[in-house]
Amino acid sequence: MRSFWSIALATLTKDIRLEWRSKDALNAMLFFSLLVVVIFVFSFDPLAEESRHIVGGLVWVAFLFAAVVALNQTWARELRNQVLDAYRVSPAPANALFLAKAVGNFILVSLLEALMAPLFVIFYNLRVLGPAWQLIPVALLGTWALVVNGTFFAAMSLRTRSRELMLPLLLFPVSIPAVLGMVAGTTNILTGENPAHFYIVLLLTYDVVFTTACLALFETVLQAE
Amino acid sequence: MKQAFPILAVLTAFFLVYAFYQALWVAPTDALQGDVYRIIYYHVPSAWTAFLLFFINFIASVQYLANAKPSTARAARWIVIAIGTVGFFASFVPQVRQQLPTGMYPSSVATTFLIITGLYFVIGKYFGGQDLGGFSAFILAVNTSGAMSPFMPRVMRRFFTKVFGAYGAADGQDLDVLAVTTAEVGVVFCTIVLVTGPIWARPVWGIWWAPGDIRLTSTLVLWLIYVSYLVLRRFSDSAQTQKLAAVLAVFGALDVPLVYFSIWFFRTQHPQPVIGGGGSMDPRMLHVLLISWMAFLSFAFLVCWSRYRLEKLRREVEEAEALESLMETSATFSAGKVPFSQGSK
Repeated sequence: MRSFWSIALATLTKDIRLEWRSKDALNAMLFFSLLVVVIFVFSFDPLAEESRHIVGGLVWVAFLFAAVVALNQTWARELRNQVLDAYRVSPAPANALFLAKAVGNFILVSLLEALMAPLFVIFYNLRVLGPAWQLIPVALLGTWALVVNGTFFAAMSLRTRSRELMLPLLLFPVSIPAVLGMVAGTTNILTGENPAHFYIVLLLTYDVVFTTACLALFETVLQAE
Repeated sequence: MKQAFPILAVLTAFFLVYAFYQALWVAPTDALQGDVYRIIYYHVPSAWTAFLLFFINFIASVQYLANAKPSTARAARWIVIAIGTVGFFASFVPQVRQQLPTGMYPSSVATTFLIITGLYFVIGKYFGGQDLGGFSAFILAVNTSGAMSPFMPRVMRRFFTKVFGAYGAADGQDLDVLAVTTAEVGVVFCTIVLVTGPIWARPVWGIWWAPGDIRLTSTLVLWLIYVSYLVLRRFSDSAQTQKLAAVLAVFGALDVPLVYFSIWFFRTQHPQPVIGGGGSMDPRMLHVLLISWMAFLSFAFLVCWSRYRLEKLRREVEEAEALESLMETSATFSAGKVPFSQGSK
């Protein structure tokens, strides 16, 4: 039997290779968040000063919706040809699969954020007044917070009717503190009025709590019959 | 025990009318807010009832998951005992004491920790597949201890354990039925809180909704989480629903302290108009509040009871139907008629 990490790595490379060849999820996400940005630009026409206060909310709402597009595809791929059933009966640890999927989604959503963030800067004429390097921990921790729960709830909504609809319904209520941390943290950094340290700690706490919970309960969800 | 239901219903109706009378006519008028404040007698008891029901839902869900394996059940038990012990003693440590909001006594915090630990074992004992008697006795004990004389709980307990003792139940499904019941009834009470909150806020604070108010906002998030819990139960009707719902309940419960914490900080940054009265309450008002809570708890218990029974009956019917259709299929097979045979002859 192969070790935990080699199984996780194999699943991860398989997913990344699939995504690299098809680019289904990435293209859909990119175009979707581009549409959201453009619609926001038409809906709000703020001055540079105002935009610093609202853009934190806009940027994360756009990424949240775009991430749902990717998360919905995570497990659907494994349903074809009963791959997931094969995984269930194999002796491979369930958490290796979960971690591989979560890390895969994390890479995908981070890539999306790296590509879309410049667009927000252009459209809203942004200039960061606070310590800009703090945006990196906020973005990384926030993305992990969305992705780890999103991967978990996507696995959960596999067992329901109209599963694409279920994922946001399950994910958004639980993600509220994380979204608040990301939005308020980003706004504080952009405006430079208040320190964002608390929100980084909050996101870190959220990540630790829910990563632990996901790893503890994923096997139950995968094997639920 | 079926005969007890109408008796309890009449008692509840009496309690509710009495609480209504007390709230509108007996309780003194508030010096600052005038008569508007009387909505507190519906708002606060609903909130307490909803939180209690959600808490029971959480415990039932944890135990449902823990019961899958004896080792996890044992581990969960020790974790609960550890939390209870640490919480009890930590409440008296001076450093923690200073962190408590004014008006909250360390002894009451410690008692809450004890009750939480006790509740875990009470629910585990009576819903692991035994009877409802102890649970109803427990709820009534909680019920009566607030406003009635201290000797009542024991009498009540003995009486109700006798009356409900025959309420036999078969399997570990009970925990799941309890979870559904408390979630549904809790959402109803939570909705009452969210409706009465703005009605109260408008004349007192001048705004319908205070986005930074910690209690309103965290109640709203709690409501959202439990609505999504009910949506999940509605959308998945297979055998896995119970496990998935229990997992979601655990996630929701983990979320609540984080929500509270984040909004607490958010609010300290964005000061709001004065929230709530704070300070101490007139003992006459507190008395009416407790009577009102007793009435609401009785009502919640009554609704939970009938919903619990309904859900159990629904599952029995479902099982019977499944069995019947199975029998029919096997009967068709044994009679030589093969169903679904179109092409092959």
